[in-house]
Amino acid sequence: MSELLSVSALALMLSLFLGLLRVVRGPGAGDRMLATQLIGTAGVGLLLVLSVSLKQTALIDVALILALLAAVAAAAFTGQQRGTGDD
Amino acid sequence: MIDAMASLLIVSGLGFYLAGSIGLLRLPDLYSRLHALTKADNLGLGLLTAGLALHAQDLLIALKLVLIWLAVLAASAASAHLIAQHARRQETPS
Amino acid sequence: MNTTALLVLDVLLVFSLLSLAAAALATRDARRSVILFMAFGLVLAVAWARLLAPDVALAEAAIGAGLSGALLLAAVREQPRRALSGDTKPIHSRNDAGLKVTLQWTVTLFCVALAAILAWALTQAFDSASKDALAQAVSANLAASGVSNPVTAVLLNFRAYDTLLELAVLLTAVLGIFALGPARSGYRSAGPVFDGLTRWLVPVLILAAGYLLWVGAHAPGGAFQAGATLAAAGVVLRLAGQRTIGLPQGHTLHIVIAAGVAMFLVVGLSLLVLGRPFLGYPPALAGGLILLIECAAMLAIAATLVLAFLGGRPQPPSVNPAGAKPGALSISMLRSRSREFPSDTDSHNAESCRGFNEEKNRC
Repeated sequence: MSELLSVSALALMLSLFLGLLRVVRGPGAGDRMLATQLIGTAGVGLLLVLSVSLKQTALIDVALILALLAAVAAAAFTGQQRGTGDD
Repeated sequence: MIDAMASLLIVSGLGFYLAGSIGLLRLPDLYSRLHALTKADNLGLGLLTAGLALHAQDLLIALKLVLIWLAVLAASAASAHLIAQHARRQETPS
Repeated sequence: MNTTALLVLDVLLVFSLLSLAAAALATRDARRSVILFMAFGLVLAVAWARLLAPDVALAEAAIGAGLSGALLLAAVREQPRRALSGDTKPIHSRNDAGLKVTLQWTVTLFCVALAAILAWALTQAFDSASKDALAQAVSANLAASGVSNPVTAVLLNFRAYDTLLELAVLLTAVLGIFALGPARSGYRSAGPVFDGLTRWLVPVLILAAGYLLWVGAHAPGGAFQAGATLAAAGVVLRLAGQRTIGLPQGHTLHIVIAAGVAMFLVVGLSLLVLGRPFLGYPPALAGGLILLIECAAMLAIAATLVLAFLGGRPQPPSVNPAGAKPGALSISMLRSRSREFPSDTDSHNAESCRGFNEEKNRC
């Protein structure tokens, strides 16, 4: 089981790395934000696998906060326009 | 037995993750890349958390893992819509 | 986890961090570098977790990935489009050019000196024989500190004075933010997708903040992480076009902002009056006092970060029914233009902000 966890950690890191390529390359801002979401999801998976293999249950809390804050980051990116003057 | 099930779930989850990431690199357009991200990656995370929850054999940890998966699911569904709407707004000349 | 896998993981993490940082610094487009910086924050949080520092990973995930990114994106959006594309006005006089070059060289030399000092400190950490002495001293005194998480014990008990000064720095930052003038006008009311996201994200963030505050006594967590998570809830509310975003109004806001430093001073001075050293908690009461200080600090930190996102002194809510549902938006816009029914919409806003106030002020 522990070898499977090592392999899965590496596979998730590879997935994160592929997202990284898209962040640096991606022609538009939407592509970059999309790849940031991928990095967030892969990071959450990686944290969960690390919490089991490094035996630190606190990393599950870190994964939860990372998931929620990645949502906040996406929300901030797609910011709506400013309100009109009577706001 | 439980370990075998957990291993199967984890491996299939990883497969979906890698499929989603490769789709993110290879697909031609922002909108198709969104499909790859939100469908494949969230399913991969779901299978991964199911496998880890089985492996942990602790109810509290399993519930936390399910909560994380549900949060990621809802958040990435909403953010996929938002990113697509933003891209659409940028495309159409204002 | 076997060491080769860990080594490969570390190499990939370091390479990702360095390339993201280089890419973020090398681009000319401000928006692109902010998004790269957000990705950098996410990978850095994973790196902290891999280094078995969950408290720092929590803080990095909350502040570095989410809040700093939102803050920088809001700041970048303030710039007019032309400045972002890189074609600035040509330098008119020679003096300007000379000043600019001098400034660049000064900053470069300062950064190089800082990097050299950090590298020297790193080598000291490697070959010092007493590198575990601090950890041993903390674990020897942990039982008397009132909490069982060593990081919280160091922050709120052994080095409480440093935390008091950090909170004073945050308070000074708020004074600077207030000096910027009134806050920018708010965002438009959210569409249905954003509204649906806000409806579950904000309560979950508030709950997560309360959880982090509580669990900080015996597991990684604490006031800073909880405050940052609570601030993220406020930022999401602001982005969704809500009027009061959970911040209290007027004098209550001032009290909340000063609460962190004030609670520290109240506890420390009353201990001084009772004959103990300043901020020297009696071991029996230490746990309760730490929780009390952390509650006040969490509220202060959250208010400070939300004010930083606002970018100025918050304005009292006007007649604009920005909190209304999207379906009723057209009708409310007609109403606000004619300004015929101010009392209805005002009471609706007061209801919603009272509810959020209670959520935020409860410990």
